[in-house]
Amino acid sequence: MKTIYILWLRQIKRYFRSKARIVGSIGQPLLFLVALGFGFGSMFSKAGEGNYLDFLSPGIIAMSILFTALFTGIEIIWDRQFGFLKETLVAPVSRLNIMIGRTLGGATVAFLQGLIVLAVTIPLGFRPNILMIPVSFVFMLLIAFFFTALGTAIASFLKDMQGFQLIMNFLIMPIFFLSGALFPVADLPEFLKAVLTINPLAYGVDGLRGALAGLSYFGIGVDLFVLGMITLIILAIGTYLFSKIQI
Amino acid sequence: MIKVEGLTKKFHNFTAVDNISFSVEDGDIFGFLGPNGAGKTTTIKMLTTLLNPTAGKIFLNNVDVVHNPNEARHNFGIVFQDPSLDDELTAFENMEFHGVLYDIPKKIRRQRIDQLLAIVELEDRRKDYVKNFSGGMKRRLEIARGLLHHPKILFLDEPTLGLDPQTRNHIWSYIQDLNKEEGITVFFTTHYMEEADRAAKEIAIIDHGKIITQGSPGQLKEKTGEASLEDAFIQLTGYNIRDQEVSAVDRMRQTRIMRGHR
Repeated sequence: MKTIYILWLRQIKRYFRSKARIVGSIGQPLLFLVALGFGFGSMFSKAGEGNYLDFLSPGIIAMSILFTALFTGIEIIWDRQFGFLKETLVAPVSRLNIMIGRTLGGATVAFLQGLIVLAVTIPLGFRPNILMIPVSFVFMLLIAFFFTALGTAIASFLKDMQGFQLIMNFLIMPIFFLSGALFPVADLPEFLKAVLTINPLAYGVDGLRGALAGLSYFGIGVDLFVLGMITLIILAIGTYLFSKIQI
Repeated sequence: MIKVEGLTKKFHNFTAVDNISFSVEDGDIFGFLGPNGAGKTTTIKMLTTLLNPTAGKIFLNNVDVVHNPNEARHNFGIVFQDPSLDDELTAFENMEFHGVLYDIPKKIRRQRIDQLLAIVELEDRRKDYVKNFSGGMKRRLEIARGLLHHPKILFLDEPTLGLDPQTRNHIWSYIQDLNKEEGITVFFTTHYMEEADRAAKEIAIIDHGKIITQGSPGQLKEKTGEASLEDAFIQLTGYNIRDQEVSAVDRMRQTRIMRGHR
């Protein structure tokens, strides 16, 4: 328990100490909110879809959690390069506990990031459903856990940062752009809908939007079930891959 | 305390460690010497569960390291050759992190952190971030951290590399005290032969992945008829600076590392 706590604490300390990272990671969501939110807002409402900012904000919150979570998961590569990973791997702590501590830490950081972005959306004009905020927290946490564990799993077989760009372009960007974070799912062509149904983030975005803006495509129950299940699966895969790391 | 049988590590067709066997008695200080690229670090990585051997058996305190790595990790501590500190944490936090991971009770932990930071002369820098430390300071902190939990076996991979004689002296006397008072078995590598001569009870020399000789420093000197361990070492591993050979091996190792086959 103490070991999980100290591993968690390390992630939190590192997060709060890197002010540049916090500020930097607000910049991108803010840009999306302003450029897309106001840029496409009138078109969106003219098409009869309602307030675009209400639609977009949950998607951008999900995006910021996605990026932060994946990044903290992938931090293992840095720890490997700077040697700190060895220090944890030779300690008399099971790999499972190390994985739990790290994932909890990474997910907490990503969740905090999501909260910050949520707070940013409100002065811009987003009016979330206050009563459903606790439900949105559940989805934010699930997205955070899922992508931290995914980052860990990826980092377990990436040896250096050279492969990172590849992952960014061929995994993360598609996951984000094809999640329904930016556009409604209902009127999409069938093949895109099919892609969405196998995209984990789509359920996160949908659940978050269902909770905060009352707009849901799959239904909140389905979102919760699917996201919960695949989070458990990816946690198991991440733990397995992490336990196989050799230096 | 340490028992190694037929230990082998191959990276594709390059054999880094070639069927070595040795044992270290309980309470010994054991020097594991060899030129660059001889296989020292690879051996230590296998002994400390970071790398799976291709073949062979390792027992630490009678625990099978290959089949039971979790239990084996309870028995040793290690100071790595290359840095393994968290730069974003302070000196104290790095120590504290280690102490908690090794389950040292808080009171003893704090006491030892103070004591060890004083030995490596970093007590006034305890609240500073490690990223602001010089190379030598990081090295000292690394050693202090490795000594924190008083394990049964302590692995030191070139612990004093790049340190001045004063600090080396301090650190070795602390290690020797630990060895005497707590009966900690010490397994170390070094390029400083006078250090090995002074500290080690038993020495094994490894070259090209094979152990070429083993014995006390006195025996090695006697065997080679040299007055110093340094001369004995050079006689045993070759007078020539094996530039070509060593760098070829190093290069090979380097590409392996770059390809990720560590």
